[in-house]
Amino acid sequence: MDRPIRVLVGKVGLDGHDRGVKVVASALRDAGMEVIYTGLHQTPENVVRAAVEEDVEVVAISILSGAHMTLFPRLLELLRENGRDDILLCGGGIIPEKDRLALEKIGVGALFGPGTDTTEIVSYLEEEVKKRRAR
Amino acid sequence: MQPNGHQLIDGLLRGDRASLARAISFVENAAPSSMKILDAVYPRTGKAYRIGVTGPPGAGKSTLVSRLVGELWSEGKSIGVVAVDPSSPFTRGALLGDRVRFQEIPDDPRFFVRSMASRGSSGGLAFRTGEVCDLLDASGKDVLVIETVGVGQSELDGAAAVHTTVVVLVPESGDEVQAMKAGLMEIGDVFTVNKADRVGADRMARCVEEMLHLGAGGDGWKAPVVLLSALSGDSFPLFLDALRRHEDHIRKSGDFARLKIERGRAKIEEIVERERNREFWKRSEVECSFEEALAQLAGGKTTPYREAARMLDQFRREGK
Amino acid sequence: MRDDRGRFRTLSGIPVKHVYSWEDREGVDEMETVSEPGRFPYTRSIHETLYRKRLWTMRQFAGFGTPADTNERFRYLLDNGQTGLSTAFDMPTLMGHDSDDPLSLGEVGREGVAIDTIDDMETLFRDIPLDKVSTSMTINGPAIMVLAMYVVAAERQGVPPSKLRGTLQNDILKEYIAQKEWIYPPVPSMRIITDMLTYCTKEMPLWNTISISGYHIREAGSTAVQELAFTLADGFAYVEAGIAAGLDVDDFAPRLSFFWNAHNDFFEEIAKYRAARRIWAKRMKNRYGAKKERSWMVRFHTQTAGCSLTAQQVENNIARVAYQALAAVLGGTQSLHTNSMDEALALPTEKAVRIALRTQQILAHETGVINTVDPLGGSWFVEELTDRMEEEAERYFAEIDERGGVIAGIEQGYFQREIADAAFRYQREVETEERIVVGVNRFVDHDEKEETTPLLEIAPEVEKDQVERLERFRASRNAALVKKALADVCAAAASDTNLMPVVLQAVRHGATLGEMVGVIREQFGVYREPAVF
Repeated sequence: MDRPIRVLVGKVGLDGHDRGVKVVASALRDAGMEVIYTGLHQTPENVVRAAVEEDVEVVAISILSGAHMTLFPRLLELLRENGRDDILLCGGGIIPEKDRLALEKIGVGALFGPGTDTTEIVSYLEEEVKKRRAR
Repeated sequence: MQPNGHQLIDGLLRGDRASLARAISFVENAAPSSMKILDAVYPRTGKAYRIGVTGPPGAGKSTLVSRLVGELWSEGKSIGVVAVDPSSPFTRGALLGDRVRFQEIPDDPRFFVRSMASRGSSGGLAFRTGEVCDLLDASGKDVLVIETVGVGQSELDGAAAVHTTVVVLVPESGDEVQAMKAGLMEIGDVFTVNKADRVGADRMARCVEEMLHLGAGGDGWKAPVVLLSALSGDSFPLFLDALRRHEDHIRKSGDFARLKIERGRAKIEEIVERERNREFWKRSEVECSFEEALAQLAGGKTTPYREAARMLDQFRREGK
Repeated sequence: MRDDRGRFRTLSGIPVKHVYSWEDREGVDEMETVSEPGRFPYTRSIHETLYRKRLWTMRQFAGFGTPADTNERFRYLLDNGQTGLSTAFDMPTLMGHDSDDPLSLGEVGREGVAIDTIDDMETLFRDIPLDKVSTSMTINGPAIMVLAMYVVAAERQGVPPSKLRGTLQNDILKEYIAQKEWIYPPVPSMRIITDMLTYCTKEMPLWNTISISGYHIREAGSTAVQELAFTLADGFAYVEAGIAAGLDVDDFAPRLSFFWNAHNDFFEEIAKYRAARRIWAKRMKNRYGAKKERSWMVRFHTQTAGCSLTAQQVENNIARVAYQALAAVLGGTQSLHTNSMDEALALPTEKAVRIALRTQQILAHETGVINTVDPLGGSWFVEELTDRMEEEAERYFAEIDERGGVIAGIEQGYFQREIADAAFRYQREVETEERIVVGVNRFVDHDEKEETTPLLEIAPEVEKDQVERLERFRASRNAALVKKALADVCAAAASDTNLMPVVLQAVRHGATLGEMVGVIREQFGVYREPAVF
């Protein structure tokens, strides 16, 4: 039996819009994943520490405050510092195309915009984790 | 990051967070290397004081645990928390939200939280929780707090045994308490009625006390019932005091040290049973014989009891 | 929308019949429940003449970058015929952090304007006479500091507090329920609010002290019924807190206002506004013993539903916004914000903001809907739906009472769970195509190129500039006076002295937003919500 995918789902930064992140967390649970929810207003340091302790395979972050160009690179840097750049960092929020491409270039995974079907997110994570486990 | 076994064990014993976390995953997934890791760290276990916190959903366990952890942390102790939440029996998925409660504690190597999903049977969970605690214990944590949902279930039995079990109830827990009756005494060492500002708190506390009285045990410990508010912190010192008295009590009585032996015994039993089962089912002729038995059953020509006896017989003969 | 059993339902799930007739209204005393415009219980309107006498206030929410940037946008909007201002603050300001706080990194001036000091507040309203415009400020956690800064900024323009007109959102309860931008725990937060109620009742008679907001509850995923019920329940909690603080209900209730969402289900939204007026009026009169008519009236601002906008085929949003705006106007709103089509992508550009404002102007001046008050009044369907909304809301009030009130419900995670469930249900319905969203799960344009629309970008220098200005400001203050003023704030928080006068004094001496929030936090602590899904 395959072990369940462990995902950390959280909100970094100051905005409190947690509707999307909760819908996604519930959908991932219903897809058979173990979802660790960190709550609102997390610092990148908090998130990475939790990701290390929980030994997750995926960190999925929601940012709606417009601070994505600061926070995603910081998360990547901290994962690297902790020797855990094998963890997939992905996320969602209102992120313009230009920024999304720039973030993908530096190693951030898929960034989902408003109106994304949760099944799309689930199959993306399943696929990515399968690839990574095969490595 | 794929460190080899030795690096992982060394890291864990040094208290390195990432190694500890990874080792816990191996144990949680019952990976082949987990036995080797547990074997290597065993001599370093037995020092940590293990507290189990259990109670019905919504009783405020997480709030109480976070307050307790904050207190222990400010005393300079190092702490490991294992928070167990149920997995869905249908999808196997789980939502683990207990970390939300631990944000006041600064980023400090003295503090480690791990969320665990129950993943199936409670018996298996008890073993895995116990093993995860062994790893935390070996990594040098002074106190371990294991938080589980439910009252009177077997999460904290056997190999997962703890030194002190705290049962968290609320004024609305009447049904749970009724269902336990005199068995309550066996479950908890310290009882709390949380949300004590709500209607019915006093009555709840009296009710628990009466039942404890009925089932008073013979080990010289009378489980106290503490009315408190975990959220506001009212009467929290009374709870701390009750915990300390129980710790003293079991250290003096020798129960503290006995726990490690007790867990060892359970562990041997578990491993032997598991390996014996595995050995049985691994045999190729068993597989054939099983298929055959199923076919016979489907044909209505035999009974499960007869077939089981036949298979065991065959196993014993051929094992010689 | 048709559900899986073939029934038609509103967005909130209320079943809708294929036709309504006089039979549906048999036995209902409409003289009493519906009454006339301007008459208790105000189902039809709080004013007898409504838009004939005065159009609704067209109030577009704006704020980004530095105070000078937003000041420029404000003046642009006033020049284009907007009649009131509405300030959006950035995330650090909303959470009570100064721009140089490590937690503010990357967020300064992004979702709104950064306000750290009295200097910033003066810049924000430079060349805008504060005795002439009415200003709405969307601020909750640090509302007391921001109000104090506004009062001092006006003081420096020579305008006394008694002449200030505007609205402070100041609705902390819905923060715990939905918007999640809180600072202190609920109980001390309520004390700050009663301090402000007490001050404003005496000193600022034209000021709306709390804008009790359903908007964010809806945006968080609630149904229309939940928006209605939870918001009114919050309102009752403020009224009870004011009475408990020793105020006469008729002294402060007339300055309470409401803020609703305008979502897609046209008639349900209209019924929601009508039901809100009726429920509030009845409770204020019958339960809280209010005697003034103004205490019974729900005056409200409406904003079209941000969460209904789609990132796909953004121009479609113009049509959505127009229908939603129409619902708000037919529901009798006092002021309106229409969203810009590009808000699902980024902050709105000037062009998108202009189209949104023009949508309101077309509604007001071309469609003729303003000619008569409550044109849908007496519609069998709308009256029936209004009654149903009221019934459903009453059911929620009973549940909330059972749980020990709004704060108990928050601590139990009750509201949060109800909303999360509704949001999840909605998402499921969209994904199973039980609910159709044009351009998202139906009529999808596969060749659509993203972002042909130009987007407003916030330059990274904004944060640097703001931090530098803050540093200069800090260096220019009399440190001893600031220290003393902050100690006074801290002492007032520890005792039951009203906080407003000491906060005003601290602002005059140059204490920053973050500093004032910080000393009160020492006394009140912070809030952590239970994880609820």
